[in-house]
Amino acid sequence: MDSSVKENVLDVMDLHVCFHTDEGDIRAVDGVTFSMQRGRVTALVGESGCGKSATSYSILRLLQSPGEITGGRILFHPQGGGEIDITALGDNSEGLFRLRGGRISMIFQEPMTALSPVHTIGNQVCEAILLHQKVSKAEAREKAIEMLRKVGISSAETRIDQFPFEMSGGMRQRVVIAMALVCNPEILIADEPTTAVDVTIQAQIMGLIRTLQRDMGTSTLLITHDLGVVAQLADHVAVMYLGRIVERADVRSLMKTPRHPYTMGLLNSLPSLAMNKKRLPSIGGSVPGMMEIPPGCPFNPRCRYAQPGRCDVGHPPGPETIGEGHEVACLRAREIMAEKIT
Amino acid sequence: MSTGTPEIIPPPGQEPLLSVRRLCKYYPIYGKGFRRKQTGLVKAADDVSFELWPGQTFGIVGESGCGKTTVGRSIVRAIAPTSGEVLFRHDGRCSDLVKLDEKGLKPLRTRLQMVFQDPFSSLNPRMTVRDIVAEPLLINKLARGSELEDRVAAMLVKVGLKPEHRLRYPHAFSGGQRQRIGIARALVMHPSLVVCDEAVSALDVSVQAQVINLLQDLQQDLGLTYIFIAHDLSVVRHICNRVAVMYAGKIVELEETSRLFSQPEHPYTRALLSAVPSPDPDVPMKTDLAGDVGDPGINPLVMRGKFLE
Repeated sequence: MDSSVKENVLDVMDLHVCFHTDEGDIRAVDGVTFSMQRGRVTALVGESGCGKSATSYSILRLLQSPGEITGGRILFHPQGGGEIDITALGDNSEGLFRLRGGRISMIFQEPMTALSPVHTIGNQVCEAILLHQKVSKAEAREKAIEMLRKVGISSAETRIDQFPFEMSGGMRQRVVIAMALVCNPEILIADEPTTAVDVTIQAQIMGLIRTLQRDMGTSTLLITHDLGVVAQLADHVAVMYLGRIVERADVRSLMKTPRHPYTMGLLNSLPSLAMNKKRLPSIGGSVPGMMEIPPGCPFNPRCRYAQPGRCDVGHPPGPETIGEGHEVACLRAREIMAEKIT
Repeated sequence: MSTGTPEIIPPPGQEPLLSVRRLCKYYPIYGKGFRRKQTGLVKAADDVSFELWPGQTFGIVGESGCGKTTVGRSIVRAIAPTSGEVLFRHDGRCSDLVKLDEKGLKPLRTRLQMVFQDPFSSLNPRMTVRDIVAEPLLINKLARGSELEDRVAAMLVKVGLKPEHRLRYPHAFSGGQRQRIGIARALVMHPSLVVCDEAVSALDVSVQAQVINLLQDLQQDLGLTYIFIAHDLSVVRHICNRVAVMYAGKIVELEETSRLFSQPEHPYTRALLSAVPSPDPDVPMKTDLAGDVGDPGINPLVMRGKFLE
């Protein structure tokens, strides 16, 4: 890699997102810090309501009222050098519009709702090209056909004039991916790209994302709750719980040697295809509401390692490095490690 | 519970609780125009046969549109099958659910229950938990007064909720707790057969494990028989004794669980198994499955023919 190009393509620093509601402020993202390496897949994992989508929406500044970024910075380092602070851009500024869909683009979760039902897919893919590149309509159409072919849509020349309802769910998700990639973005945010499709289609879409990512060198932020998808696609993983990152590591050490009790619980509670146990080890309780985040470590009421008087008081623990590139936000991480070995 | 050791099927000396024979459910397709002439048939379930013994869990897996829900709903007679037999044993008798009319079905409804997928839309937001769980008992005139209240409270405790939750509305509960309410509603009449249609698919991983454990505990305590419909193969493997794989309305493979997963015979089963992403990054997955899910309205051979002879 060229040494003048920064290794990180995106730095999210101490991000805070707040939703203002009648019952009070909900801190959906509470001090999230992570970096995306250029050309790699970074995954944000967590259960519903953990703030992973709020984080990804913040990167494109798509949060809508009552949601608001209340603190922190998101720094984008484009290929040509320089640095753009996304949080500092104006809501309707030219700079923000150039980023959205151009240099940073997004695959949304629902292939049914992410596409307009009243425009042909050609129109929708071309729109992105015409907004960001100085090309004629005919050229844009050519590019769109080429992109549709790349994502595996057969007879793209005729398919391009079809409407979304004429296509299956898997095809629609391919169109959404084509739309996101047609401007050759530096960062692709994939928000639950395979949640709404069947396993066999999921396998195809995952293969597609992997190939395109390799060929085009796009840096990808993968948002998902599916640990299988993470293991197969991601290079680096950050696990979120109640608006905070509780563990961060490269995919191999996270899946093989999880250090945070929450990550361990998540991995243990997966019914596995390989083994067959009578009872699934589950995490007790359920994710508390965002209004009633417990003091101390937010996971302590559900944690089997929690110590009263230590884990349930004061501020939530900050990230601590316990291995190469492996960070854990748990007061007892080292003790649990020692316990497990002995 | 599947323990990995092959079981004897059928269990010696036991009659099956349910025998499904050549069950079909066809939906007509009507053409355009004033006369709306029938132009074709969607074979949502086509010639489905299997047997189910008491205390077992029978899994039906397949992708969306394969007909697994149609089979489940036909068995509890939420919809009327086109043809075939569903023989159900109860109180020493054997009834064909397909031939019975509404009146004949009514006494059997208490024995056949269903747990639905989406815990958010399957509970009436205007009813309290007590009303939701008590409704089946009231409709079937099985309990009233203090007995009714006791049964509701006992059922709530059984599914892991508190009796004081009775007066709350569904919106006050999390997804996992709502699914527990749905389970309480299904079990309050002591059914013998429960059809769980994607009962844990909408739940988060950590909560999903709790609900799976709950379903297994209840099966042991109450001697329930489950038909477990799901698309998640790892969940099915965990709780089912036998599994049927469906594709385009037909059962393409039916096998005892550990055999199905260790030696899948049918190419579609193999494709389905290889598509599940493993949580181990060192186990690579296959991503080269061709084509789209078969549309039951047209010949599936055209779409992904290699899976059906």
